[in-house]
Amino acid sequence: MAKLRGRGFASVNYPTGMNLGGDPSQALIHATTTGTFVVSLSSVDLGQGIKTIAAQCAAETLGLPMGNVLVDTADTDTGPHCMGTFASRGSHRVGNAVIMAAAEARGVMLEVAAEELEVDAADLETDGSGYIMVRGAQDKRVHVTDLAMAAHFKHGRTISGRGVYLKEPSVPVPETGEMDPDSCQAHACTVAVVEVDDETGVVEVLELFNAYEVGRALNPAMATQQVEGGAWMGVSHALFETTEPYYPLRDHGPRDFSAYLMPGPADIPSQHSVILERPAANGPYGAKGIGEMTANAPIPAIANAIFDACGVRLTSMPFTPESVLRGLDALRMEEPC
Amino acid sequence: MTYRLAPIDTGAFAAERDDTGLTVVGSVVQRSDARGHVTGRTEFFEDVAPPRLAHLKMHRSARHHARIAGVDVTAALAVPGVLRVLTHADVPNNVYTVLKLIGVEPDDEPVLAVDKVRYLGEPVCAVIAETEAAALDGAAAVEVSYEDLPHVLDVEEALEEGAPLVNEYQGQNHFVYEGHHCRRIRFGDVEAAFARADHVFEWRYQSSPIEQAPVETTGCVVVPQADGRLRIHSDTQACFFTLDNTALILGTPFNRLRIVGGTVGGGFGGKVDVVVEPIACVAAMAVDRPVKFVYDRAEEMQVSSPRAAERIVIKDAVMDDGRVTGRKVTLYVDAGAYARHSPYGTTKAAAHLPGPYSIPNVWADCHCVFTNRTPSSAMRGFGVTIADFALESQMDRIARALGMDPLRLRLINAYRDGDVKAHRKIAEGTALVEVIQKAAELAGHDLPEDCRRMSSTTREGL
Repeated sequence: MAKLRGRGFASVNYPTGMNLGGDPSQALIHATTTGTFVVSLSSVDLGQGIKTIAAQCAAETLGLPMGNVLVDTADTDTGPHCMGTFASRGSHRVGNAVIMAAAEARGVMLEVAAEELEVDAADLETDGSGYIMVRGAQDKRVHVTDLAMAAHFKHGRTISGRGVYLKEPSVPVPETGEMDPDSCQAHACTVAVVEVDDETGVVEVLELFNAYEVGRALNPAMATQQVEGGAWMGVSHALFETTEPYYPLRDHGPRDFSAYLMPGPADIPSQHSVILERPAANGPYGAKGIGEMTANAPIPAIANAIFDACGVRLTSMPFTPESVLRGLDALRMEEPC
Repeated sequence: MTYRLAPIDTGAFAAERDDTGLTVVGSVVQRSDARGHVTGRTEFFEDVAPPRLAHLKMHRSARHHARIAGVDVTAALAVPGVLRVLTHADVPNNVYTVLKLIGVEPDDEPVLAVDKVRYLGEPVCAVIAETEAAALDGAAAVEVSYEDLPHVLDVEEALEEGAPLVNEYQGQNHFVYEGHHCRRIRFGDVEAAFARADHVFEWRYQSSPIEQAPVETTGCVVVPQADGRLRIHSDTQACFFTLDNTALILGTPFNRLRIVGGTVGGGFGGKVDVVVEPIACVAAMAVDRPVKFVYDRAEEMQVSSPRAAERIVIKDAVMDDGRVTGRKVTLYVDAGAYARHSPYGTTKAAAHLPGPYSIPNVWADCHCVFTNRTPSSAMRGFGVTIADFALESQMDRIARALGMDPLRLRLINAYRDGDVKAHRKIAEGTALVEVIQKAAELAGHDLPEDCRRMSSTTREGL
């Protein structure tokens, strides 16, 4: 009886946006008299961080600090349309809509600043500090808080913008499947190192090496969380999860988390991840969107590592101890006596 | 504050990168909801507690497939605290399908069962009560008598001649794609590729249904407003999608409804179906009170739509040097009893084939199959996750059969800029070669020099 170690590989790609397009999202943005820009959306944050990404895109485009941006989302009376949070579309669709809205608002902000400073708007710049200043004459400047107040009470201007992103719908050709399904593709390669206990059939994932190409990591900490959190889900899918353990029979379906197992802290592999960026021409600051894909590569990498470790080829998910032991038994039967 | 950060390899695609002047994008900023989530201050839909809130619970099918002979709600109505029991007759447009918003037909699923149940756990009656406990007692007291019908649970059995018909609205046990029995990909000539191949490998893969398992279960609180509108606090992943579908089921103008949401305790695709809001709205109007309908954990696990089980057969034509010259894929997606998002997911699966490789001959039949089980629907990686398991297991087995480094096999076949995909779109922005090279470097897997010189932007080494 032994613990057998193996290594497996998998490389994948993943599409951005609702399949076949036709999934618009809008953003509206306006400055209150406090100099705060409110980004109005109806997009949903499931915990993946779209509110943060929308705020970062707005702040970057406006040329203002994060502290000057608020995101107000998901009230259909006040927020413009969003198709929803799915299909790795949030960063791409909403990010692009926010950039468009913020660019329009920035244009107005610079026009009003030009009036306030009595200069040409084309000579103004921002540096992310909150000031709008004359290029090359940095002491000739106005802070956005003062500017927003002046815009309303002195110049009678609204500082606002509208944005929308739509990938026009594609209709597949029924005979051939010819279609334009996606906006871009992100890429990943995962190497899994596992240990298989040939007495119990238990598979332990020891290490995962992840290389992800994401276009642009808009927020590198959140991108890392997606890569490594998604890998956890991949490990869970590979080794533990199903609502129907005797599929296609429906017997013994779990009804709670004591029967529906997932990896606990002791089951989490050590992870080594690196991010590559090949900016997408149509992505917000080049971002592609990696919300979904991060659970995918670990599953076959683990299957391939199990084979490398013990010679058992598992073709049904999940890879339970029972399936490993049955595979080992079958191998022993094949061996000549 | 310190964050776990995967390093960014700025050397890759250096010529295409331009970070000039960026002050916020590409920087770590704290996730805006993180502090609220860890301190318990975030407000979710269940934190809405309007006065006179009533509760809704479902009486669900106890059979895989049966005709409903009778429904007796007398005992349920006698439970103290029960206000009302709703049946299909109370739902204005009871039969619906969520993707009708993007033109998918037919309407194939009842909000509440009419004359048949098609899966174990299908909703039959909705019980509204003063308390959650009374609603549960009331739901348990509903008596349904069944005449069992033969059921089918296996996708290939469902497609056989003479199999029990799962869904009369669909008319056959598979979704019809513009007159075809499946979503097809036809690119080049796979049979010719098999005839010319040095090796032909055919293997079969299977997955079981998987639960999205959000911490917060699916639910909503509907609050009737003084002006006659309904305010719906929901954990939907798609506010307007839910609003539009709910209005269609209620037969009301869209502007009669307002969805308030946006802060959700995990979704992973499990909250894009529209299953709680319509009946909760019917209930709120019926009793003219706020109504809450939230799945318990058992409902989330066994009744809410999981990731579909998939069966995938891959047959490959392979040359001695490792080039995959043909790939034939037969995919069966187990949609369960109703379509929900599965026709879409099956097309997305077809678009993903043959994986991230440049294969000149590809044939795929992707079947969206109806069986007598809980309808499956969207989950993270919809149409792709299970395909990747099959495709990448297949690549590993081919590499072993040829005695070739598994990464070299992938690098030889990786798609590159300018390649025509099986769905005839020209590939751009590809980076499979580079992530493989980087993962090999991370894991200490030595790639030979010719593999390290390969690139997504050139034909080097091919």
